[in-house]
Amino acid sequence: MAKRVAIVGSGQTDHAGNRRDVTGCELINEAVRRALEDAQLKLSDIDGVVIGNMDHFEGINGAELWSIEGSGGIGKPTIKLTTGGTTGSTLAIGGTHLVASGFFDRLLVIGWEKNSESDTTGAITTAFDPIWDRLVFAGAISGLAVEASAYMHRYGVTEKDAARAAVRDRRHAVNNPHAHLRKEISVDDVLRSPMFSDPLKALDICPRTDGACAVIYASEDVAEKICPQPAWILATANRHLYSMVSDVDFSSLKSLELASREAYRKAGVREPLKEIGVMELYTPYSFANLSWIEALGLAKPGEGAKLIWDGVTDMGGELPMNPSGGVIATNPIGATGLIRAAECSLQIMGRAGARQVPDVKRALSTGFGGCFWSDVLIYGTEKPA
Amino acid sequence: MELKSRPRRRDFITISSGESFSPFHYSVGRFGSQFLTELRDHKRFMGMRCAGCGRVYVPPRPVCGPCFKKMDDWVEVGPNGTLIAFTILRFAFIDPETGQKKPVPYGYGFIRLDGADTQLQHFLPVGAKPPKIGMKVRPVFEEIRHGNLRDIRHFEEIA
Repeated sequence: MAKRVAIVGSGQTDHAGNRRDVTGCELINEAVRRALEDAQLKLSDIDGVVIGNMDHFEGINGAELWSIEGSGGIGKPTIKLTTGGTTGSTLAIGGTHLVASGFFDRLLVIGWEKNSESDTTGAITTAFDPIWDRLVFAGAISGLAVEASAYMHRYGVTEKDAARAAVRDRRHAVNNPHAHLRKEISVDDVLRSPMFSDPLKALDICPRTDGACAVIYASEDVAEKICPQPAWILATANRHLYSMVSDVDFSSLKSLELASREAYRKAGVREPLKEIGVMELYTPYSFANLSWIEALGLAKPGEGAKLIWDGVTDMGGELPMNPSGGVIATNPIGATGLIRAAECSLQIMGRAGARQVPDVKRALSTGFGGCFWSDVLIYGTEKPA
Repeated sequence: MELKSRPRRRDFITISSGESFSPFHYSVGRFGSQFLTELRDHKRFMGMRCAGCGRVYVPPRPVCGPCFKKMDDWVEVGPNGTLIAFTILRFAFIDPETGQKKPVPYGYGFIRLDGADTQLQHFLPVGAKPPKIGMKVRPVFEEIRHGNLRDIRHFEEIA
């Protein structure tokens, strides 16, 4: 029988476009120290370390080895998990599984990236098939631009609709002291920003960020002793559907449809819009805040924009999304999915400060990456049965 | 011991790797090699059909992922197809294949060749008339072909 698992603490660095003041190892340490302090634990309380990033962004392989002084892994079982864009959410799911196994009671899970150290798009391109995909592919931006083109064509969604979603995330980021971009923008700012890859403009797209996030997972045997309101993991699910980008079915984000339905079923969620209090979504570009919430079953196909324009997903709305400012405000890639988990845990604990959504009982986070892969986690205030 | 100054933001040092470029040699596999040979020698597109689900894959490969069945049923597809989705790249980035900035702008699209169930990604000309999803396209081949995807220059609209 698997142990029940909760998040009991987290720490994030001061995310920024360029953290030249620290090495990768030092950046990791900043997040780890903050997480230990947050959970009021000592390093000696931790019985295992899981770390992840996307190796090629820094071009220094073996991050689990050279980061050991910063991660706190000396003398402890330490492993790396890495799955491209979903690395952070894979860490969140893998941490859950390891603690559920009963082998670890207090596990330190770390995601990080120093995107400033390479050409991000060139580095992402190395994750794709050199024979069939690379000729034309230009990293996440071009892949997502292509998805947006198909979505706009199918439903008549406009660039202005998408811009409204970017405005929401950037407005929310103002409340988050850790966010990389904390300046509000307008719909006109988005529409007038330089075109990067039609139809995506500079302000439709996430930034490249240096940052790390550390999350402490605890088993049911110790969680409530560490934290008065642990963020219990109610469900995890993930779906990987394609090896090659050329196979992707652009009619919807199928991986998120499938993963979210599995997660809802496991957590006993029937009406996600009503039963989930807040979502932290790995939506790395504006259009994802429309089409992917349709994949989550929150709106009918083509109707995601209505939820955005009606303010349903704003702070104070029925289902606030990305109170942290989301990925459009902060994107240290290997940490990004784990930051979503950390933010959900703060919402469940009622410790999210200026970005707190009142009275959250359940929260949901996602991860996105690879060949349109998806991860989903659901968190709750109550220990699962 | 106290040092005289604390570095300000502009004083932090970075070390560059130089123009590093490491060549790799990727195996294309049996089916991929046959596909590229047909393309090079006969300007012909060959797909692979799954006996389980009936999907026709381009590029061909030996295993249907969803069915996890081995495939061995060649079918000719294309050469014409339909544009499913596209973008026009306007920002320059380092091409990991060359270590150089990729020349921009360039258009590319997902082309579903007639008779195929997956797409081929390839260049679209960026002219006065923007590409349109749903438009019919045909390949324009290079005169001298080497057995790779660059044997096709791009796909163009069928007027």
